[in-house]
Amino acid sequence: MFDNLLGSFWPYTIDGLILGAIYGLVALGYTMVYGVLRLINFAHSEIFMIGTMASAFVVMTMGFTQPLTGLALVGGLLLMLLVGGAASAGSAVLLERIAYRPLRKRGASRLAALISAIGASLFLQELFALVIIPHVFNRPQQGRNQMGVARIMDKDVLFTLGGAQIRADQILIFVAAIGMMVLLDLLVNRTKIGRGIRATSQDPETAVLMGVDIDKIVRITFLIGGLMAGLAGALFILQFEITKFSIGFLLGIKAFTAAVLGGIGNLRGALLGGLFLGLIENYGAAIFGSGWKDVIAFTVLVLVLMFRPTGILGESLQQARA
Amino acid sequence: MRPKIARLGGVLAVGVALTVGLAACGGGSEPEAGGGGSSAAPTTLKIGFMGDLSGENSGIVIPPRNGAQLAVDEYNATNPKVKIELVPYDSRADASTAVALAQQAVKTDKVVAMVGPAFSGESKQAVPVLEEAKIPNISASATNVDLAKNGWKYWHRVVPNDGVQGPAIADFIAGPAAAKNVFVIDDKSEYGLGLADAVRAQLKTKGATVTDDALDPNATDYSSTVNKVVSAKPDAVFFGGYYAGAGKLLKQLRDKGVTAKFFSGDGSLDKGIIEGAGQEQAEGALIGCPCRIPTPDETDEKVKKFAADYKAKFGADPLIYATEGYDAMTAFTKAIGAGATTPDAINEAIGKSDFDGISKHISFDPTGEPSAKSIYIYQVKAGQIGLLGDSTTAKLEG
Repeated sequence: MFDNLLGSFWPYTIDGLILGAIYGLVALGYTMVYGVLRLINFAHSEIFMIGTMASAFVVMTMGFTQPLTGLALVGGLLLMLLVGGAASAGSAVLLERIAYRPLRKRGASRLAALISAIGASLFLQELFALVIIPHVFNRPQQGRNQMGVARIMDKDVLFTLGGAQIRADQILIFVAAIGMMVLLDLLVNRTKIGRGIRATSQDPETAVLMGVDIDKIVRITFLIGGLMAGLAGALFILQFEITKFSIGFLLGIKAFTAAVLGGIGNLRGALLGGLFLGLIENYGAAIFGSGWKDVIAFTVLVLVLMFRPTGILGESLQQARA
Repeated sequence: MRPKIARLGGVLAVGVALTVGLAACGGGSEPEAGGGGSSAAPTTLKIGFMGDLSGENSGIVIPPRNGAQLAVDEYNATNPKVKIELVPYDSRADASTAVALAQQAVKTDKVVAMVGPAFSGESKQAVPVLEEAKIPNISASATNVDLAKNGWKYWHRVVPNDGVQGPAIADFIAGPAAAKNVFVIDDKSEYGLGLADAVRAQLKTKGATVTDDALDPNATDYSSTVNKVVSAKPDAVFFGGYYAGAGKLLKQLRDKGVTAKFFSGDGSLDKGIIEGAGQEQAEGALIGCPCRIPTPDETDEKVKKFAADYKAKFGADPLIYATEGYDAMTAFTKAIGAGATTPDAINEAIGKSDFDGISKHISFDPTGEPSAKSIYIYQVKAGQIGLLGDSTTAKLEG
């Protein structure tokens, strides 16, 4: 039973970490919005989907037939990340402006905002399935089919580590994801904007009295969360070369789980929860078979929450000081 | 010939009367070219087509819908007494949607027959609704073995089941492909698991070593499954499931350096597998199917004509189950052309079907299974899916 895991421990670990890094990037969006607004932004999975779509569009528009190399590759990757990140960040800000701020201004209950989030999520999915994929991507009547994306970089094996093949794209994804999260952590803990975010999350009313512009802070929170989801989307396209209108659904649930696992509202918890979830899924699949991987992952989630109800790190945003 | 009204329940009789009445109204309002004097306006009967017409697996449902439409149009063009209208029901392969649509078809739209449901999972749930309402139905693509074991009297299919497909593919894997160590993966669906189990059982009787795993077709990351395949070092991999999952799996297998021959069943027989996997990764993949897809170098005149007519009408080559959809509808048009207008009379007539269809000779045994049972093997070559041949005679190159 454990032979399989022990026999290929490193391949399972590497794949788990890469998937976990993507979970972590998306989880940041859930955790930040929750930290500031105490709202589960269920449309965040669609913000991720928009990131994959924008990156896929970049790859399609470049229209190469062979994987890129050298400077063209660097440029292509940067463009993918830039467009993916910008599209998602823009959509997230727009989403906040249209679906959440009016409710917040009128003092609606959090439940109303939650319903608004679910509505926005379905709206965005159907918008892509019915309008954007058929027309912008020029795939009439195939709005719900998955779209293959051309290979942007060669997936040659660089070296092997304990039987695991390490590819350049995997290193890139992992390093990029961790790098973004470190930058974000610095931003929140070391800058004036970060102080505003922390203050708002701690006590919105006092923050206003101290001269923090709440609307601006909320906008920036959505912007950063969206940006991270968009970058995750671009990295996702690089890794899996596939997307569809509902791609965010399952990944969004996993990322939300990662956020809760790490301690929702906690930035470092999102990263830790993501990596933890990615590893547990892969180890669980190795031991019990891939059909069981979600069962194992969620059983672990329940167990962790039973003993640490606030998640692994268990702090909220305002207390996470460097 | 005489409609057996007496045998129908009161409710159904009213239903049929309403159908005829409504259809007559509908027919009357249409401009009719060859109407002819004092005789009553030609009535129109509704036949449903149910399947995933807009969802992820619509690539294997739209061709049979088009095939059925072609059969209807050809039939209506002969200016028969009773015309046929095809009513599409888009179930998106969701069983509960299919049940609701079946009820709508029976109660609101009053269809007299149905082509579909397309997939096995939805059939299991929706066919009982049709059965209860005594609406004859012929699926062009549902291949789960157990469907024929329900004692359904109004259900038929024009494709051999997975019990035929699975062993035929397994024989091919163990025979011409000479694989001794086979990794069998399923997507846990009604169809995928059934087919994979049939392949597993037959491979074991052939003395091959079989390793199992399962995956979630909605997930994207299959690395845990792929890692298992890597450590099992198989000669061949079989996947029971649909093309969306097959494409993602095949890409990730090839990217991890797995060179074993890749096999799958009819659910993967769509260009979507090449798009999902990438042309380079998909090259050489082998796909078994009880279906007969017209190929560019077709020699059978009837199939050639069908392919030309289909292309002229829909602007695309007839893909998977197009011929079967046409044949299923032809069984209905022949029954209605011969004077059957009530669901019961149509059911009786199709039970006696005996004609050469495009895909195969069409006749049904008492459980609703087709009598002809050939399985064909297709292979991906240079971004196209080509016919390799009948599974009992096809040979692998290299």
